[in-house]
Amino acid sequence: MSENTFEPKIVGFLCNWCSYTASDLAGTARMKYAPNVRIIRVMCSGRVDPSFLLKAFSLGADAVLIAGCHPGDCHYQNQNYKTMRRYSMIQHTLPQFGIEPERVKLVWASAAEGQRLADAIDELSAEVRELGPLNWSKNWDENGRRLEALEDIAKEHEEAMEVPL
Amino acid sequence: MSENQKGKLAVYWAASCGGCDINTLGIDTKILDVAAAFDIIMWPCATDGKVRDIEKLSDGEIDLCLFNGGIRTSEQEYMARLLRQKSKVLVAFGSCAIEGCIPGLANMNNRQEIFDTVYKEGSATYPENPDDLRPQHETEMPEGTLYLPVFYDTLKTLAQTVEVDYYLPGCPPEPENIWKALTAVLEGTLPPPGSVIGPNTTVCDECPRTRTEKKIKKFYRTWQIKPDPDVCLLEQGILCNGIATRAGCGALCPQVNSPCIGCHGPNDGVQDYGARMISALASVIDSEDPDEINRIISEGIPDPVGSFYRFSLAGSLLRRKKLHTSHKD
Repeated sequence: MSENTFEPKIVGFLCNWCSYTASDLAGTARMKYAPNVRIIRVMCSGRVDPSFLLKAFSLGADAVLIAGCHPGDCHYQNQNYKTMRRYSMIQHTLPQFGIEPERVKLVWASAAEGQRLADAIDELSAEVRELGPLNWSKNWDENGRRLEALEDIAKEHEEAMEVPL
Repeated sequence: MSENQKGKLAVYWAASCGGCDINTLGIDTKILDVAAAFDIIMWPCATDGKVRDIEKLSDGEIDLCLFNGGIRTSEQEYMARLLRQKSKVLVAFGSCAIEGCIPGLANMNNRQEIFDTVYKEGSATYPENPDDLRPQHETEMPEGTLYLPVFYDTLKTLAQTVEVDYYLPGCPPEPENIWKALTAVLEGTLPPPGSVIGPNTTVCDECPRTRTEKKIKKFYRTWQIKPDPDVCLLEQGILCNGIATRAGCGALCPQVNSPCIGCHGPNDGVQDYGARMISALASVIDSEDPDEINRIISEGIPDPVGSFYRFSLAGSLLRRKKLHTSHKD
C-alpha cells in the first residue's frame, strides 16, 4: 500500500457510561469525524487490560484510542485512575519496543462531549497517517532462506555416508 | 507404551543454557527409575544419541520428548520438527521452550546487531577480527559446499514452531516439579493436552511474607533499599513479579529478600505476562496526579521490557522489538 492511500486502522475502547454515549451524541448530532476508528464498547476504561492494546497491535492495528469518563466522574468511583496509571506505564514501555507512544491515545470525554471525542479521533487519525502503518506481524518474518536451510539439513543427512557396521 | 516394554525418552536442548538438563539430573537417584522405565534414546547433555537414528524411527515412536530451549537457528527448528514428528508427547520444558526466556531477550536486537556484538565488539573473536568475518550459511570450499545453520533475527518459542502437548514452567524447572511431571507421565495422570503442568496460582500464595494493602509511592531497585525480611517486598516498593507469576517454586527468591523475577511465567488464561504486570502495578501505585504517576514510573522502572518481559519476551503478544534489517548477514 503506498503512503498516500494509507488509511490508519484504529481500535477505540470506549467506556459505556461516558465516551460511548459521547460517540452516540456525535452520531445523532451528525458531527463528522474520521472513519478510521473501530469502536469497542467496554463497561469502564479501567476494563481495558494492556494486553488488549498489545493484541490489537499484533493483529494489525495502527493505533489504539482509549476513552473514558473524566477523572473524578467514573461510574465505578476511581477505576479510570487505574486507566491513567496503566496509560502512563504503557507510554513508558512502548518506545522500548520501537512503537511510537503517540499510537496510544487516552481521552476523557463525558456523555455531553461528542465534539471532544470526534476531535480526538480526527487528531489521532491525522497523527497516525503521518506516522505511517505499523504492520507489526511483519517484524516476525524471517529471512527467506529459512525454509531452504531446513531442507538443506535433511538433504545433507540423506547424502551423508552410512557408517559401516 | 505396553506393560512389559520400556518406553522411549528423548531430551533435547536448543537455545538454552543447559540448566534444564542439570535440574533434570537434579532428581538424583530417581534418574535410575527413569532409566528403568525408559530407553533414553537421545539426551545430548548426558548420553549418546544420533540425529540420524531419530530420523529412522517411525512417527510417534518416541513416547516422551522433553524439549528445552528456544528456536534461534534453522538447525534447532529442524530438530523441533523432527522430534515433534517422532514423539507421542512433546513437552516444552522450561522457560526457554515455553516463552523464550533470557535467550529471547535478544529479540530486542536483530541478527546483525547480535553478530556485531559477538564478532566485532565481543570476546568471541579475541583478540580481533580485522576482516570482519561472520558466520555464513554457505561456504564454498575446494571439497564442496559447507553449511552452517541459518541464524534467525527472532527467537521463536517451541509452540510458535510446532504443536506442543505440555508445558513445564521454570527457569529451570525445579527437580521436584520435574519428578512430579515424570510421575504423571508414568502413571498416566497427565492433565488434558495443552496444559501447563503446575499449580494455577501465583507466587504470592506460596510467599510467607505478610501482606496488607499495597500503596506504592516510589519504586526501589534492589540495591537501593534494605528490605524488611517479613513484609511483602512489593509493599516496600521493590519491583517483585510474584503477583503475576505462576506458583510452583515455593517462593524461593522472596524468601531470601530477592524479588520474584517471573521465571515461571503467567498463569492460565493470561496472554501476555508483561501486560499482566503493567496492569497489576498500575493498580497499586498510590497517586491520582498524572505528573506524579509519570515520575514514579519513569524513575522507578528504567527498563520496563527487562522488568516485565525478562522471561517472556519471545512468547509475548509483540514477540520482539521493531525489526530494522536489510536481511543481510
